[in-house]
Amino acid sequence: MKQPSFLNDRILPILTVLAALIAIWYLCVVWLNAPFVRDQAARAGTEIVFTDLVKQTMNEERPVLPAPHQIVTELWKTTVTMPITSKRSLVYHAWVTISATLSGFVIGAALGMLLAIGIVHNRAMDKSMMPWVIASQTIPILAVAPMIIVVLNAVGISGLLPKALISAYLSFFPVVVGMVKGLRSPDNLLLDLMRTYHASPSQLFWKLRWPASLPFLFTSLKVAVAIALVGAIVGELPTGAVAGLGARLLSGSYYGQTIQIWAALFMAAVVAALLVSLVGVAHRMVLKRMGEKA
Amino acid sequence: MNGWLLFAFGFWVAAWALNEALVRIRTRNLAARKTINFIVPLLFGVTLLVIWEGVVKGFEIPSILLPAPSAIWARLTSSVPTLWADFQQTFMKSVIIGYIMGCGLGFVAALFIDRSPFLKKGLLPIGNFVSALPVVGVAPIMVMWFGFDWPSKVAVVVIMTFFPMLVNTVEGLASSSSMQRDLMRTYASGWGQTLTKLRLPAAMPFIFNALKINSTLALIGAIVAEFFGTPIVGMGFRISTEVGRSNADMVWAEIAVAAVAGSVFYGLVALTERAVTFWHPSVRGGQT
Repeated sequence: MKQPSFLNDRILPILTVLAALIAIWYLCVVWLNAPFVRDQAARAGTEIVFTDLVKQTMNEERPVLPAPHQIVTELWKTTVTMPITSKRSLVYHAWVTISATLSGFVIGAALGMLLAIGIVHNRAMDKSMMPWVIASQTIPILAVAPMIIVVLNAVGISGLLPKALISAYLSFFPVVVGMVKGLRSPDNLLLDLMRTYHASPSQLFWKLRWPASLPFLFTSLKVAVAIALVGAIVGELPTGAVAGLGARLLSGSYYGQTIQIWAALFMAAVVAALLVSLVGVAHRMVLKRMGEKA
Repeated sequence: MNGWLLFAFGFWVAAWALNEALVRIRTRNLAARKTINFIVPLLFGVTLLVIWEGVVKGFEIPSILLPAPSAIWARLTSSVPTLWADFQQTFMKSVIIGYIMGCGLGFVAALFIDRSPFLKKGLLPIGNFVSALPVVGVAPIMVMWFGFDWPSKVAVVVIMTFFPMLVNTVEGLASSSSMQRDLMRTYASGWGQTLTKLRLPAAMPFIFNALKINSTLALIGAIVAEFFGTPIVGMGFRISTEVGRSNADMVWAEIAVAAVAGSVFYGLVALTERAVTFWHPSVRGGQT
């Protein structure tokens, strides 16, 4: 009981819950898709036995709820068997979204850090801007996304940059709030110690405030990267479904291609997991370099 | 034409100087300090609006790209009935119903999960994972399942708000220390009593954290879900169609309504939090 086993404590419960979820999913597939199959059978004038019913609900062309194996097949077909450059390859669309997400994330995080440094060092900036930074988080910024895209298109800026700007805007606020908290986290004792060392403001910043803020920074970076992805996906909606995961969602919903929507959704989930865990790895590496036990 | 630019620039410098002077005032008077803390951000907001107005008028930016605040205000006041109808459709129906259902379901699910350590270990990582996902993506599916009207938006909002609530409540229920729980046990209190007298009050800061996150998420979910199909009313619908008709001032008016609604909603939740978790250090310290 001293060393909790990784298998028993982590993997097993998660796998059980996942298995239960998939089982429930299959039940829902039968339940939701059955009316259509019954309808088909009634039109053809045939009685349908239960086993056939189940089999057919699993393999509909445009199901109300596609079965997991259908989604996996679609994912496999659009990622592995397609050439990456093809417009029908999900890897290509995911890459479009990821590039917008990452460039927006970098811009937003850099701006956020700069603003946070300004806020910590200038009382007027702190007093006048912090309430607005917090208030702006309560505003549904995503609603502005389509307009920013259209406006920038009108000015002649199209492609990656408008989406990146939305992602930047969204990832900006968590970074500011987390960073300000982090830069303020050294207590008076530590600040006084630096003062007794006669540290200059820049030394105070680089040797105390900056390292102290890193754990806070990484926590907000994880939030920021997840929300940047949402921004990029929503940013792809109004451009008329050209490329990207958001475009796949929209074109799927136009043409009733449920399997395509779910495949795009799963791809988005994979991308989100990938991005968040990348930031997590960076977090752990930095903490290790700083000599902390992660 | 450059008078506008000069005026905006001058106003900006003056407001900045005033703010710098205001934050340097050190006074014992509590009321004066509160007034300063109120005026400084207000002045900053007003300055932003003045610069916006000045830049738009000064550079003669066409209103299709960026309308001036005065134009947005004029539009806002002249189309109150439309905005009110959209607000009712999106906020009163989709957001409020979805928010209550999503948070309620998340809370109840958390109570169930809390009883089984095995489920807790299995569901928490998954819940955390889902919280990071771009959940708005389910919007097209929900529109397909529940039709164009508000029930599909409610479904999106429920899905978006469920997981943050679940994860935070489970975390909050575990936040009372084992010492405190042992004390409850020595009092011979059952599961229900421990829950209502110790663990729920201790979980309140976490629950309110989720409620605050969800207040924003719910509005975003409802608006984005309307991009995928709606009856001809609703804030998301209005934004996407007016963008198509290049009525930027109407879009901004709608955004202003959404911003105010979001802030008021958040503020109400925050006020309730202060009343409920009056014992928490962050409230007693006088900070938000």
